[in-house]
Amino acid sequence: MSHHIAEMKAAHRLLAEFTYEKHPVQRGYTNRTLYINLSDNTIAGKPVSEEMKEKFTGGKGFGLWLLWHGIRDTTKWNDPENEIIISTGPIGGITTYPGTGKSLVVSLSPLTDSVMDSNVGGYFGPYLKFAGWDAIEIQGKAEKDVIIFIDGDTGRITIEEAPLEPVDTHLLTDILVQMYGGDDHHARRAISTVTAGSGAQHTRFGCLNFSWYDLRRRAARVKQAGRGGIGTVFRDKRIKALVVKFSDLKADSNGPADLGRLQRVGAKMHKEIHDYDDQQCGMRRHGTSYLVGIMNDYDLLPVHNFRYGSHPDGHKIDVKVWDARFTQGVPDGCWYGCTLSCSHAVDGFVLRTGPYKGQRVIVDGPEYENAAGLGANCGIFDPDYIIEANFYCDTYALDTISVGTAMAFAMECYEMGLIDKRATGGLDFRFGNAEAAIEAIHQMGRGEGFGAIIGQGVRRMKKIFAEQYGADPKILQDIGMEAKGLEFSEYMPKESLAQQGGYGLASKGPQHDEAWLIFMDMVNNQIPTMEDKAEALHYFPIWRTWFGLCGLCKLPWNDIVPPDNALTDEPAKIPEHVRNYVEIFSAVTGRQVTSEDLLLMSERVYNFQRVFNLRMGFGTREHDKIPYRAQGPVTVEEYESRAERYDKQLKALGYDVEKMSTPEKVAALRAHRESQYEKLVDAVYARRGWTKNGVPKVETLQRLGIDYPDVVEIVRRAGG
Amino acid sequence: MKILATRPERCTGCGACEIECARTWFKVDDKEKSRIRIFPPAKEGQPFRIVVCNQNGACIDVCPTVALKRAKNGVVQLNKSLCVGCLSCVGFCPNQAMFYHPDYTEPFKCVACGKCVDVCPEGALYIAEVADAPASVTDTWLQKEAV
Repeated sequence: MSHHIAEMKAAHRLLAEFTYEKHPVQRGYTNRTLYINLSDNTIAGKPVSEEMKEKFTGGKGFGLWLLWHGIRDTTKWNDPENEIIISTGPIGGITTYPGTGKSLVVSLSPLTDSVMDSNVGGYFGPYLKFAGWDAIEIQGKAEKDVIIFIDGDTGRITIEEAPLEPVDTHLLTDILVQMYGGDDHHARRAISTVTAGSGAQHTRFGCLNFSWYDLRRRAARVKQAGRGGIGTVFRDKRIKALVVKFSDLKADSNGPADLGRLQRVGAKMHKEIHDYDDQQCGMRRHGTSYLVGIMNDYDLLPVHNFRYGSHPDGHKIDVKVWDARFTQGVPDGCWYGCTLSCSHAVDGFVLRTGPYKGQRVIVDGPEYENAAGLGANCGIFDPDYIIEANFYCDTYALDTISVGTAMAFAMECYEMGLIDKRATGGLDFRFGNAEAAIEAIHQMGRGEGFGAIIGQGVRRMKKIFAEQYGADPKILQDIGMEAKGLEFSEYMPKESLAQQGGYGLASKGPQHDEAWLIFMDMVNNQIPTMEDKAEALHYFPIWRTWFGLCGLCKLPWNDIVPPDNALTDEPAKIPEHVRNYVEIFSAVTGRQVTSEDLLLMSERVYNFQRVFNLRMGFGTREHDKIPYRAQGPVTVEEYESRAERYDKQLKALGYDVEKMSTPEKVAALRAHRESQYEKLVDAVYARRGWTKNGVPKVETLQRLGIDYPDVVEIVRRAGG
Repeated sequence: MKILATRPERCTGCGACEIECARTWFKVDDKEKSRIRIFPPAKEGQPFRIVVCNQNGACIDVCPTVALKRAKNGVVQLNKSLCVGCLSCVGFCPNQAMFYHPDYTEPFKCVACGKCVDVCPEGALYIAEVADAPASVTDTWLQKEAV
């Protein structure tokens, strides 16, 4: 350990200490959760009941259940009683199948003011479980910056005041891995940290960075729990870092009921990836960045704040560019045994701006969302800028998706003249101005200037621009790409009604982890009718929720498929992989389940989250609305850029387009598309067993077995 | 470097090598625990299929814990204390010559010890000297300064 790290460690002041007896994990569970209150330095264990396991499974389910009981209806994100809960789930931490190390983070969000969940890779969730805890639940606020250290080797937990370490992730993670892991690289991989950064302190979309250890580069690397500002809550609680240590990882650390069954399905899956990934998505070669070019080709890449779906310069940030920059030569997974290995990094990148200018760093990514959001959506097609912006977002702990979408909105407002340099503090905030964009990101890190305004998110920017600069609220509403207070992720939904529903009806806000139906809807034409779309918007959000209950990554489900998948009855569901998950769940827990059982687990938690939104004052139909920019062309310019496509649709609807002006055509298309969206919402609510106002019916809660008195009471009050 | 080489045309499928291997490394007579596997001919007239590691080292770069390394004699060795039993190497072995068994958390492979050579009645197995394998990407990384 270097001298300056020893000095930082010596400055720690012990605030609380807790020792516990370690038990081996039994069939995926430790059967207890860890409760920490930073206001009074309580550290305590809580039992996990059979009911909790049966009804909420784990991961996001445990997070929602603990938060539900931890807060009041009136709790705000920055009240001390708000909590941050991290939990992996019963499968989380197995090493034999790809994509099995995810953590789910739950809290009340500074962006949506309602319940938020975000999933993330890295070692923390699994190590936490192997250290003895199915979840960590953190409440209260510390007076000064603290580090919480969970030593799973010795069974000791400490809360330590930690005054000297920097907060930005790339510095802090490196320091903590050395401080708690020592000099040996294999000992360092026993450490995982959760950190935020200076941007999380000054914006509402702070993210959390979860670390893993790269034994070849001999450096800690990070994955992000990006969505919804939980990093902001983390810093509001004055948490500098969470650190967990677990040294004895083995294939049976998760206590599976049947290790052989896990080994068989895992080895089969590794071979499938070995045989087919190269010819399918090429995740191992270039991660999700391969999508940039494809999205651009299909007119689905958000460009200029979702005005357009492609750009002539799109190729400047497509996969060829990233392939050349991903230099490790060995694909990396963010958890052991992930052979899909989507973690890629740019090595030896020399920063050109900001407080770390001149430093040579590893930049994790860029992933698709970063290139699309920070790049194309802001009209910036410069890979070096994207890498630099990606790095600073991570180290400042800013959600790259919210940053990209919020900056794109601000740029469009500036270009439309809705705001000017008075608002931007002199920044020439045109689309494509990389210099202004990176400066705004640094301002977010410092909590200054226009960056600090952008850092409030699109919903609050709309209010500020209208109130302080007289911008027209109607146009702000049309082009501000947020719903429920959360910024849209980076897929153009304009031409896919199903994807509009996928975004608008998502519990936490417009993130594609619930339903990514663009290709099914538009390219493969697999869900042509309203009923088909509604069924897809029932099935896929439910199915995808299951990954977040169990500690799983979605990618190995459908970013690789068996060679005969297209010949199955329902190729979009990837039936063989669903059977793999049935196998894994049964092998870990010893419960012999079916695919219907998996869906029931999810449907319970999905409906519970909807009721949780209701409880916090949201969760009804009005909150499922999306801006018109997500549905169709807002402006004449947008319409005319794809006039042929839109004219054809109007003709099919019976309009005589030759006799119409473009503004008339914009209005006619809008009326049609908005009514289609409402019809879709009706159909989905009916399929989900909800009222016309989007409230789960009491009978739905009864069918799912979550008709607890307090849950039913909330639903009844809302007319369910 | 030395490897276990095969002459499949001589193999009669007697399985003596599998039993000897399992006895040597796991002290049992269970072919499922052998590091060499003999499969019957796919078609009549074809030879038995002998599946065993040829020390090509493809597994080295897929191991997340760098538990697989080429020893000085060229043989790829698994350090069990580092292995987390993910079986990535099993799925990624181009010869399907990395094996596993539910009794063990770590996989296992041939280290060219030559015990099976001694028991093969037909001379279908022998230790051969071949050209050294090129350095793995992992080795290249590990020779660099820590980042």
